[in-house]
Amino acid sequence: MRYEIRLSGEGGQGIILAGIILAESVIQDGRNVVQTQVYGPESRGGATKAEVIISDEEIDYPKAGRIDLLLALTQEACDKYWEDLKNTGTLIVDSAEVVAVPSGGFATYRLPILETAREKVGREVVANIVALGTVTAVSGVVSREAIERAVLARVPKGTEEQNVKALTAGFELAAVHVNR
Amino acid sequence: MFDYEQYFRREMMPHIWCKGCGNGVILKALLRAIHRLDLSKDQIAMVSGIGCSSRLTGYVDCNTLHTTHGRALAFATGLKLARPEVTVIVITGDGDGLAIGGNHLIHAARRNIDLTCLLFNNQIYGMTGGQVSPTTPEELFSTTSPYGNIEAHFDPCRLVEGAGGTFVARGTAFRTIPLEKLIAEGIQHKGFSFIEILTTCPEIHGRRNKLGTPAEMLQALAKTTLPTGVLRKTSAPEYTEVCEGIIARAQGRG
Amino acid sequence: MQGTVRLMQGNQACAHAAIAAGCTFFAGYPITPSSEIAEELARLLPRMGGKFIQMEDEIAAMAACIGASIGGHKVLTATSGPGFSLKQENLGFAVYTEIPCVVVNVMRGGPSTGLPTSPAQGDVMQARWGTHGDHPMVVLAPASVREIYDLTIQAFNLSELCRTPVILLYDEVIGHMREKTEVPDPSQFKIIDRKQSTSSPDAYLPYKGDEDDVPAFVRFGEGYRYHITGLAHDERGFPTQNPRVVEAKQRRLHRKVEQRREEIVAHEAFLLDDAEIAIFAYGVTARSARAAIRTARKEGIRVGLFRPISLWPFPDLELEKLAGQVKAIVVAEMNLGQLIYEVDRVVHGQTRIVAYQKASGEPVHPEEILTAVREHR
Repeated sequence: MRYEIRLSGEGGQGIILAGIILAESVIQDGRNVVQTQVYGPESRGGATKAEVIISDEEIDYPKAGRIDLLLALTQEACDKYWEDLKNTGTLIVDSAEVVAVPSGGFATYRLPILETAREKVGREVVANIVALGTVTAVSGVVSREAIERAVLARVPKGTEEQNVKALTAGFELAAVHVNR
Repeated sequence: MFDYEQYFRREMMPHIWCKGCGNGVILKALLRAIHRLDLSKDQIAMVSGIGCSSRLTGYVDCNTLHTTHGRALAFATGLKLARPEVTVIVITGDGDGLAIGGNHLIHAARRNIDLTCLLFNNQIYGMTGGQVSPTTPEELFSTTSPYGNIEAHFDPCRLVEGAGGTFVARGTAFRTIPLEKLIAEGIQHKGFSFIEILTTCPEIHGRRNKLGTPAEMLQALAKTTLPTGVLRKTSAPEYTEVCEGIIARAQGRG
Repeated sequence: MQGTVRLMQGNQACAHAAIAAGCTFFAGYPITPSSEIAEELARLLPRMGGKFIQMEDEIAAMAACIGASIGGHKVLTATSGPGFSLKQENLGFAVYTEIPCVVVNVMRGGPSTGLPTSPAQGDVMQARWGTHGDHPMVVLAPASVREIYDLTIQAFNLSELCRTPVILLYDEVIGHMREKTEVPDPSQFKIIDRKQSTSSPDAYLPYKGDEDDVPAFVRFGEGYRYHITGLAHDERGFPTQNPRVVEAKQRRLHRKVEQRREEIVAHEAFLLDDAEIAIFAYGVTARSARAAIRTARKEGIRVGLFRPISLWPFPDLELEKLAGQVKAIVVAEMNLGQLIYEVDRVVHGQTRIVAYQKASGEPVHPEEILTAVREHR
């Protein structure tokens, strides 16, 4: 089964890094994975997306077209990237940034991702890792051990503790809101 | 009598330069400078671009590379970085080195890579038939300035000084002994050495502008109001050595 | 030895493979979407004792590579369409003076600045004919991260073997995507170095082709004191206008690549044995074609993929054979018609050619190819 994840936000939020970490965690779990990205002519600012395709079979077409899970951290990214979301899919948005949430058959979770990064972890730059926690928890597509190992392998030295805290916060956020 | 033949490729003679051209005088000064420094022909590479002066590389019995128009310094940068132990001398002209290749000149100077660049300034594109160049004096005529040159001309030495050149000098094709010494000093200098050599193009530039006989044109060089000799000599880290330092650091040796 | 499995980016694979192939010199200039190759080699090369330099422009980067290759290094530069245009003059110099070098062009939307972060396949003809004059060209087109690795090594080998520039040509998607990749142990590859002269300095003829039409090399500074020029030259390397000598050189340049046709020309055949329809595609488009074929096969459509791996020399003989077997060839490209003309030349009316062309800055979707296939079954 092919499972398509699209992570989106604005340039500088670490969306592409989150995509890379997610893809590396998939390899740890022994499945096939392809990660691609789209960004504007500049590497900062503007809507950005990273896509992760997960499959047990060979992955031919590397881009996402029928999204199983979409994460949107900004309104612009949500507006731009939601249309490929399957009716049976899942939408996770930042509850403060994304006010106009598209409607459809998909399940929608409004989560205070940026606020959690800011308030609970202490730095907004780890919002991408909080988001990864929510994505992993909601989709169950990779194991918690795999994502944690992948996060630790990628983040700068000295920030490991903070990033694990961010990941945990993401898992907790998902647990609270998804069970409600 | 100095034996020039030991440095020539006889099979490449006769050369293509016109009668009365200043290039031959400069070539001889260069060969005497090499001899004075006791450099082995095997250890010298000469790199040139396109133009009359750039044909020099064909005539000298060493490792010679005649490249594309304006790019001699860029080719030489790669070669020097690849083989720091080789003495690399770059031959260029005012069109080759200041117009199409001007960007490479300022960056070679900025990097302070150990190349010796001889810029033959005859104020004209000779090989292509006498078009205006970045050093053609204002109001002089050329095939592409038939009403007189309307553009300001470059002072190449000040340009290279501005770009951080650590050895900047100017000589002429008239005073050949001082020129020989300047070239020798430039080759010995660790870092980027730039020597502008004022020379003549009697056949094309001289005739069109009625600048006199070849001899008169050479004599006129002696009366230049531009400063000659070593204009700037300072020291700064040399690029290939800095690169070796980077390698040592990357390998955990430094 | 076994390789390791990891997530790897296409451009990163190119950099790592270059090191495995023995590359010790990189000169480049920043340009999206190829810059990761430069960035990776800036980090890796000094560790191996190699040299990295960011030059003042694309032209200088090509020139510095040729200079370093003359100094005996295996050299790489990487760019994208606009920078590739700037390199063309010196690329011609390398062809004519027979200096090995590998040039990567990661294709983006264009002309001009176009879509710097989006894929396209618009430089196929530039790769073949971009430089001036009459010349052979070797162009390889990978379609996966692993294939970038393998073909980078192949590009170095062929460049060293034939003493000619080799172009590695792939689109932004292939260059930027990361995929699960078995990174091979470098020791499993045969690495080829340019043939060195065994003659004495006095007897050395730098431009006399051996039986394989390739002259033996000596780097500068070894006592051979020879001349390299972009002017037409004789076997000694000295300028000449002798028509016989000029033409002989020209023919040898072409022949040395033609002679190696079997080693250079490569293509992938996917489910072509019983195919009635063939899709002709390369790079990321070939991946979409493969996805389309898997779906079409489930619908009972007998369709397969012909994927050229060497774009130049073009796999003429192999495609011609296929043309006699299928009732249509769908040529899918991310341009408004480039390699299709080459397909047309080879097929020569033997079968129907259907174009599926896209120039929006997005890769061709499998559904789009599928629709074209369904229409022409």
